[in-house]
Amino acid sequence: MGILEVKGVGKRFGGLQALGDVNLSVAENSVHAIIGPNGAGKSTLLNCLVGKLIPDTGSVMFDGQSVLGRKPHEINQMGISRVFQTPEIFGDLTVMENVMIPCFAKRDGAFELNAFSSVFGQADIVARAEQILEDVNMQDKRHMHSASLSRGDKRRLEMAMCLVQEPKLLLLDEPTAGMARADTNNTIDLLKQIKQERDITMAIIEHDMHVVFSLADRITVLAQGTPLVEDTPENIKGHPKVREAYLGETAH
Amino acid sequence: MLGLNKKDMSLLLIVGALALLAPFILNPFPADSAMAQFNAGYPDLMQRFVIFGIFAIGFNILFGLTGYLSFGHAAFLGVGSYSAVWMFKLLSMNVVPAILLSVIVAGLFSLVIGFVSLRRSGIYFSILTLAFAQMSFNLAYSVLTPITNGETGLQLTLNDPRVLGVSQTADGSIPVTNLFGMEMRSTFEMDLGPWLFQFNTGYYLCAILMLLSFYLSVRIFRSPFGMMLRAVKSNQHRMNYTGLNTRPYTLAAFVISGMYAGLAGGLLASMDPLAGAERMQWTASGEVVLMTILGGAGTLLGPILGAGFIKYFENIFSKINDSVLHGWFGFMPDGLEDFIVTIVHPFVGKGWHLTLGLMFMAVVIFLPGGLIEGGQRIGKLFSRKSKKSDGGDAEHHPKQTPHVAE
Repeated sequence: MGILEVKGVGKRFGGLQALGDVNLSVAENSVHAIIGPNGAGKSTLLNCLVGKLIPDTGSVMFDGQSVLGRKPHEINQMGISRVFQTPEIFGDLTVMENVMIPCFAKRDGAFELNAFSSVFGQADIVARAEQILEDVNMQDKRHMHSASLSRGDKRRLEMAMCLVQEPKLLLLDEPTAGMARADTNNTIDLLKQIKQERDITMAIIEHDMHVVFSLADRITVLAQGTPLVEDTPENIKGHPKVREAYLGETAH
Repeated sequence: MLGLNKKDMSLLLIVGALALLAPFILNPFPADSAMAQFNAGYPDLMQRFVIFGIFAIGFNILFGLTGYLSFGHAAFLGVGSYSAVWMFKLLSMNVVPAILLSVIVAGLFSLVIGFVSLRRSGIYFSILTLAFAQMSFNLAYSVLTPITNGETGLQLTLNDPRVLGVSQTADGSIPVTNLFGMEMRSTFEMDLGPWLFQFNTGYYLCAILMLLSFYLSVRIFRSPFGMMLRAVKSNQHRMNYTGLNTRPYTLAAFVISGMYAGLAGGLLASMDPLAGAERMQWTASGEVVLMTILGGAGTLLGPILGAGFIKYFENIFSKINDSVLHGWFGFMPDGLEDFIVTIVHPFVGKGWHLTLGLMFMAVVIFLPGGLIEGGQRIGKLFSRKSKKSDGGDAEHHPKQTPHVAE
């Protein structure tokens, strides 16, 4: 029984069957990659996991509880954090404030009318924020406006914001999309480091096979809204159906 | 001190000093000089400065922090005024219960309107609040006449059933509003050579409440709650996926600013116990938006500055009529004098809106951060000249990277 169990999930947009009958089981403390050509339903699946979309059929169980019908912030409070394709950060705020906000969310829950204490008077929050910035190697940038960071640093910051909440499951939606090779390798290293240092499960949607094969423990190939095959990276590389449907000549 | 850091504390002290010394500061010209008409240090106007200051401080908590532009805040001001006048009519002429009730009623009213309006954001939110405020205005004007006295406005009469107090004084007039016996309208006048300074009890009550409101807003700005509100403005999407529910945050900000507006409305009625529907009209809502943007939305001091600025224009510039202009330009040859007066005429007197509009445009175009940004730029200019070599605190003022999206 995995930490995330997706059973028979289907989603239809008008005449388009975006997801057919998706079954997926993500084992605890593993890195599970979901790959597939454009339009295969990867992002729809992810949106069903975080509460942005509600699937028409099927069930999604996380850590023994159903996530269906819950709002995104409630699902996050259950222990699922999400990294977006383009980094979503609080651009008007400083790097330090950016990582403090998830700390408050973790400590105080979804809402707290904390209007009379000072932000920087909260020793536990400040300490945690400082610690995570050190972990992602950004402590020297903590007073910068986050909108002025480079793309790679924004990605790092977003991951720090997710990790500081100590999620059980980290969802990554094409974390290296649009990155230069060097930045991609940095991100891979960061993810490897995260995986080593923490008890965390990751689900990655990714186009870049280099990233997928350097990180994933298991891979699910999605095509036209249904899982084509699920296996270890070694077997996926050699799988004739996958080569034909998706990898083609780009296989490494 | 008081839970503020050094910078905020000095800001609070400056505002406090300005508010308490306003009768002097606003009356720089001798009473019989030609410039005396630019004096703003009379009780009625000073009260307006601080009351609308409170209104704008509250509005800034919503608009400045969360970015939700409400176009209906005058409704809460009006509701506050009506509540206060009813308290004077029914309970007592003491302003304390009146002000308390106006804050509470405005808070409840904003809870209802905010709950509905905050289902949408951006322009839809603005339109919803505008619609609610206009609805309130029209209700007050027509259907709710038994409560609001329609277009005449709610006033005190000689036979109000005042429970704790008298319906009329011994000499048969309406009693005046007071704070435990201190009459709001009582004014201590001080003649100092050619100058005349007026110290009004009502003004000082308003000023003290304004200082309290300002202090409260500083605390909110610096609190985790304030940080969350800024995060709502910055990226709501990320907020939701960070496990935070944005709705209660925005609703709390809306109710707090509604209560500020109620306080302002209650004070208006306490200074002059009448309330009319026009206080809720959309132009009144627009005015507080102008004040906040003109002064600097999202800054602590900006809204107070903006409120003072607009009220000064409204009351001082509008008094300059043609005969005053002729007096000014009388030294010129007749033809030139008439010509100049004709040119200046549209900008003063009844045309003060034109001057205000031009200034507003100039501020929005050249100083998007409002008058505060103007002040900061001037300040920077001086500090650059005086201490060029000063590296300063590099950690707290890191260099902006060149590709900042401005």
